[in-house]
Amino acid sequence: MRIDPREVEEAAKELYIRALKLLPPDIKTGMAALNARETDATAKRVLGTMITNISVAEHTDNLLCQDTGIPIYNVWIGRGVEMNGVEMKEAIRRGCQRATREYSFRSSIVHPTTRVNEHDSSGRHVPVIHIDFTDTPETLEIEMVPKGSGSENNSWLKMAIPAEGVDAIKTFVVDCVLEAGGKTCPPTIVGVGVGGTADLCVHLAKVAATRALGSQCADPEGAKLEAELSAAVNGLGVGPQGLGGDSTAFAVHVETAATHITMNPVAVNMQCHSARRARATFRAGGIEYGF
Amino acid sequence: MAHHDFTAPVSEHQVRALRVNDTVTLNGTLYGIRDATQIHMFDRGRKTRFDLRGHAVIHTAPNVKRVDASDEHPSGYAPVCVGTTTSDRMERFTRPLMLQCGVRIIIGKGGLREASAAAFTDLGGVYLAIIGGTAALETTWVEAIEDVDLDDLNPESLWKFRVKGFGPLLVAMDSHGGSLYTEVKRSAQARRAEVLARLGVK
Repeated sequence: MRIDPREVEEAAKELYIRALKLLPPDIKTGMAALNARETDATAKRVLGTMITNISVAEHTDNLLCQDTGIPIYNVWIGRGVEMNGVEMKEAIRRGCQRATREYSFRSSIVHPTTRVNEHDSSGRHVPVIHIDFTDTPETLEIEMVPKGSGSENNSWLKMAIPAEGVDAIKTFVVDCVLEAGGKTCPPTIVGVGVGGTADLCVHLAKVAATRALGSQCADPEGAKLEAELSAAVNGLGVGPQGLGGDSTAFAVHVETAATHITMNPVAVNMQCHSARRARATFRAGGIEYGF
Repeated sequence: MAHHDFTAPVSEHQVRALRVNDTVTLNGTLYGIRDATQIHMFDRGRKTRFDLRGHAVIHTAPNVKRVDASDEHPSGYAPVCVGTTTSDRMERFTRPLMLQCGVRIIIGKGGLREASAAAFTDLGGVYLAIIGGTAALETTWVEAIEDVDLDDLNPESLWKFRVKGFGPLLVAMDSHGGSLYTEVKRSAQARRAEVLARLGVK
């Protein structure tokens, strides 16, 4: 299957706009479930407003949140897909820039020291593009995540040591949720990276934070931590927007990687309640959009 | 837990009457302000031509569209999506914003800290919590962008919005030392040991 870079550019543009407007069904279901369980009156009002906002965005064809985020594109290339990799990356970048200019949404991207905004949501190494490969034949998948800064600003890495064990991981996650308070726009998905190198650990936390609700860590040890930590963080009472209540997090997601005998790294990256993402799947028959 | 309808500018007396858990709905003028706006105003000495005395500001950098100036869009900007950002980053600007510009109401999400609480008490100010991430809804409360200043900082310009039925917003920090964020933080911290014990942490 040969991929035309013009189609990739169009999809990259479309994905950014879709991600900003349509919340994935798993997040909507998660929000309704939290609202049904919530016992605090203020928290229930807050969740009710969030649910109203989702339908207002749909009815008015508007963005869910004003934060257009840092654009991230995750690409999975299946077997038998033919394309020029450099051209594909350029096409994604152009699509991202065009979405910003043509839709007239806010470019949230600036140079880190001069703070100059090019007003096209791009800059050095941004959009962030991750490329991986899958076994799926004749399929190219592109996922777009506009990562909001309220949650991204609350990211942590701790290079714990082996003698501190799993207790260090659990304590760190609980303390990060406490420190984040209302700043991350809770209820959040708390993404936890366990193991790897420092950079891999932080990357895994991001993968975990942006995974669909209801999905599970492929490593049974990670899945066990997910179940324990999900129940635990909602016992803290931080609540939606940090105003108190039961609904601090939709879930805690964990991703693991093997690590060094001397290391025990743990990272936390959070996703806000507007947990936006969109996906395009290229097959021989055409392009399908989803989440 | 009273409800108040405000049209800015408001007096110190009106703001001091507010208590945590009251609600407020705003009509009329609302100013939008952000990190860069305040860095330039308070660290680099830039002045605004707007008179902010008695007014409300919201922590925002909106999505806007350039249009021809008209009665509907006096500033030449149409609002596309107006929402609220995390206030905590702008903690150190609360006092100068009140002292130098006379602002009485700050609207934001996630709350401010002790220095802001002290400024609200000393100078007569209040923090109103809006629900972060609900910008589509918030935008329906914005009638127009009337004017804009410091626009070289776009999107972090100083925006003058005209709003209608903007709220209800929750009084989360008042001028009597009350703060819902401090209360929640204290009680969450008190539950930490129990939560860790349940996780089997020794």
